[in-house]
Amino acid sequence: MAQDHDHTHDDHDHHHDHDHGSELSEMQIRVRALESILTEKGYVEPAALDAIVEAYETKIGPHNGARVVAKAWTDPAFKKALLEDATKAVLTLGHVSRTGDHLVAVENTPQRHNMVVCTLCSCYPWEMLGLPPVWYKAAPYRSRAVKDPRGVLADLGLSMPRDTEIRVWDSTAETRFLVLPMRPKGTEGWSEEQLAELVTRDSMIGTGFPKTPGAPS
Amino acid sequence: MNGVHDMGGMDGFGKVEIEPNEPVFHEKWEGRVMALVRAMGAGGAFNIDTSRFHREALPPHVYLSSSYYKKWLLGLTDNLVAKGFISRSEVENGHASEPAKPLKRGKLTLDQVSRVFTRGTFTRDAQAPAKFKIGDRVRCRNINPVTHTRLPRYVRGHVGVVELNHGPQVFPDSAATDRGDDPQWLYTVVFEASELWGENADPTLKVSIDAFEPYLERA
Repeated sequence: MAQDHDHTHDDHDHHHDHDHGSELSEMQIRVRALESILTEKGYVEPAALDAIVEAYETKIGPHNGARVVAKAWTDPAFKKALLEDATKAVLTLGHVSRTGDHLVAVENTPQRHNMVVCTLCSCYPWEMLGLPPVWYKAAPYRSRAVKDPRGVLADLGLSMPRDTEIRVWDSTAETRFLVLPMRPKGTEGWSEEQLAELVTRDSMIGTGFPKTPGAPS
Repeated sequence: MNGVHDMGGMDGFGKVEIEPNEPVFHEKWEGRVMALVRAMGAGGAFNIDTSRFHREALPPHVYLSSSYYKKWLLGLTDNLVAKGFISRSEVENGHASEPAKPLKRGKLTLDQVSRVFTRGTFTRDAQAPAKFKIGDRVRCRNINPVTHTRLPRYVRGHVGVVELNHGPQVFPDSAATDRGDDPQWLYTVVFEASELWGENADPTLKVSIDAFEPYLERA
């Protein structure tokens, strides 16, 4: 699929633009031009833009959500509070960025597996997971997740027992959904910090599972 | 609008492929575009619904063949031109040549950047009591506005059950075209897959959307 994938490539050291060099340089020029216009007109401050980019590259990522999940795995009172009102529960952890009023945590159980999608655009809990990956924003996932989620999971090499209920949450408003995955077996007595290391971004979207203790990451 | 962005249930887009160790941005300009959108939004140039509407309104072939952040650049440019913050000739020349228009909340400066990381609330005072309660059966109305809506095509005309009530929130259909917040009750409505996709649907699947009250009628 060219759609939404035309800037993905196998090598991310930014020395290989020969695949799509003309578009890339054109895009760089166009974005730079718009930034100049907006700066000259006094609408934006380049230093503020730098700070925004840096925060999303370094501070706001899935480690935020992983901390919430690990806490829910170890603290039953927090888990209860999280499932009742995730916005309020997450605020008590003092995150870098708050989530507004609209975070909902949904729990995976042996009976039910949750998956999150935004069929209309790319809505996603940025504050918990960072900016969404390309596949989440691209047509294959957005089109199929609501109709054939088992097919999507199969694409990703995952299979779900045939009698497990699959619940797909289409994020069509400002509510943001965070999947609370099942705690992996063999982690009895682990600390929150150790558990957080097992929580992957995709396990909080419902398109993956947490890492298994001892397995190579 | 019934655009190509409304993709739920479409076929033919191929496999979902996760890129291992995907970077936050593949190219530097992607981060700049994201930051420009956030900064102009924080300055009050537009709301999030207007921003989405301008991306959806891109011609279908452009929408489908542009990368995610390219859509953001094109949508941002169209949005700022439509609102009179910049002109097409400035975009073509790459330089400012016309007077600036005041930003509602002022330029986002470095010392205020944390505003961007604080997600705003969309909750507003109710204009009327909620019509539906949890457990009610509701049908999504068959509406086809040519402007922005958050009611996807695949649920229109179908019956689901109200599962959550999120309270009154900014109504995107109104906010996107600068007709005000017009707060409406927001519900999570859950559907059996067979209701949406027919008898061959996955019997274990349930799908929900978040639906504003004007999208729904009692079933």
